[in-house]
Amino acid sequence: MSTPAAPAPISPAVAAPAFSTGRFRAEREADWIAFDLLLTKLEKKGAAALTSDELLQLPLLYRATLSSLSIARATSLDKALLGHLEALSIRGYFLVYGVRETRLNRVRRFFLYDWPAAVRSVWKETVIIALIIILGALTSWTLVAHQPEWYFNFVPEEMAGGRDPRATAEYLQSTLGHGKAAGEQESGLHVFATYLFTHNSQVSILSFALGFAFGVPTMMLEYYQGIGLGAMLAVFTNKGLGYDFGGWLFIHGTTELFAAALSGAAGLRIGTAVVFPGARARLEAASLAGRTAGKVMVGVILMLLVAGLLEGFGRQLITDTLMRYGIGTLMLLFWLAYYYVPRREDVT
Amino acid sequence: MTAAANARLRDAKTRKIRQFITPEGVDLELKIAGSGLRLGALIVDLTLIVVALFVFSLLMSWVGFGSKSDMAYVIWMLGFFALRTFWFIGFELGQRAATPGKRMMGIRVVARDGGRLTADAVVARNLIRELELFLPLMMIGNGMSEDAVSGWTVLAGVLWSLTLSLFLLFNRDRMRMGDLIAGTWVVMAQRVKLDADIGIGGEAAGAISFSDAELAVYGIFELQELERVLRGRDPRAMREVADTIRGKIGRPVAEEDDVFLLSYYRQLKARLERKLLFGKRREDKYASD
Repeated sequence: MSTPAAPAPISPAVAAPAFSTGRFRAEREADWIAFDLLLTKLEKKGAAALTSDELLQLPLLYRATLSSLSIARATSLDKALLGHLEALSIRGYFLVYGVRETRLNRVRRFFLYDWPAAVRSVWKETVIIALIIILGALTSWTLVAHQPEWYFNFVPEEMAGGRDPRATAEYLQSTLGHGKAAGEQESGLHVFATYLFTHNSQVSILSFALGFAFGVPTMMLEYYQGIGLGAMLAVFTNKGLGYDFGGWLFIHGTTELFAAALSGAAGLRIGTAVVFPGARARLEAASLAGRTAGKVMVGVILMLLVAGLLEGFGRQLITDTLMRYGIGTLMLLFWLAYYYVPRREDVT
Repeated sequence: MTAAANARLRDAKTRKIRQFITPEGVDLELKIAGSGLRLGALIVDLTLIVVALFVFSLLMSWVGFGSKSDMAYVIWMLGFFALRTFWFIGFELGQRAATPGKRMMGIRVVARDGGRLTADAVVARNLIRELELFLPLMMIGNGMSEDAVSGWTVLAGVLWSLTLSLFLLFNRDRMRMGDLIAGTWVVMAQRVKLDADIGIGGEAAGAISFSDAELAVYGIFELQELERVLRGRDPRAMREVADTIRGKIGRPVAEEDDVFLLSYYRQLKARLERKLLFGKRREDKYASD
């Protein structure tokens, strides 16, 4: 080494360097402590609890801490100090850059723009899934209509609840809420509605989550849903109850099947993004698709909540078939208008 | 420990660090959370959910029996659904972007592109969790209930679903399937308390002076290990370290261990930091001085 001039023992009294990490720390430490306290307050009570003075201090202290981190990395070997500054900077970064909107604003934006925009952007997938459901329904409908035995292949015994080709027209009529049995069920309506909602939500989440396996399981699941629907439809039309069954299904079905199609579409969007990323990198395409799909899924759960209410309460309380058709159509129109009518502030 | 082992250790540490540059131009050097921590956080969260469910069920059955209405059952079902679906989402949408389990482990969720963590990303990553957790269980359940399916089919199903669930073990960034799709990472975010500065003060009282040759035997790695021992304040560890250093630089046992170590630490730190200012970073004792 070429430093013969330096005295062998380092005595601070003789040659105290102009810069030392000890002095650096002593000078800056107050800022770090103040920043730490401010962050703790922000985390515990939110931005509303800060005074305007503290709000002005926040970015200053944040930048001071980041600058201290840079200096410390270049000059200090004190591991405890480096660790603290790093942790404090990371914490500060995510708080300072994380919150830009109030929760209320976020919710408002979600309902006004984000949700419909996300649904609109998966319209191709929605059409495909809708076609798959219809295809499934047509398959089982033609099969069961010509040979009722097929029914037992499509609908499991416990799900059918006696609604199969062997049942009489009177019994089938009663399951649609027109017969005497309808009155007895009313006490359990809310239980039924809640059960339907939670069950359907789980199925939709599954059909969404299965999407990343290239969308194949999602399409299979949706096809299967169509099959159950078509088989049921065939049983009722064979007994001349097609019109009534339509009403029974329509009142909530427009909302529920729409939601099912959307959840499938969200899954399919992820699947296709992984297989055909286009100009983007595969990971980036997947994460972009995932965010759109995430928004759609929140919407799906809300739609299923509405469907559960319609199915549990609406269908059991309104027994007039025409009325049921009316409400179902109205809901469908509402959803279509909400999603697909363009609005001005869309671009933002 | 040899030079190669030291280098390997440093290498393993840097492999976990991801560049993350703030708009101010400072690299925050985020560290990817290990799979063990992730599993620990999940277990803590699941335990908390089960406990919450149990308490909630007890409460609701008590209310249900008391009021004789099935409203309690409805609330129970809704509560169950909300807890299962929104526990993770709700907590990760908060300021700290971490569930109680993650907080305990000192980790948090971060958007991979450095932007802010949006609600849709949190929703997407957690709805996929449903699949990752329950698909293997469902496969096993299916296999048990349906005798028609052969054991091999069940095994294949379970293995397939396990590769999805254990996806995070197979990539460098420890991303779950949900992280991949939502564009997120889980990184270390533990809090580090600012410990007292042991590098300065009290020089006058019984300080020992070391020659440059005596200080030249160690590098940064050894300095920081010494710092750890000093902050740990374990007398036995201090004795061991002090004896090692004395042996290495050929000094007799003349002082208290803590006085000796503290003086040595301060002077070594001053020496290495001065070299650092001149652009010489000596990683460990094997590197040239």
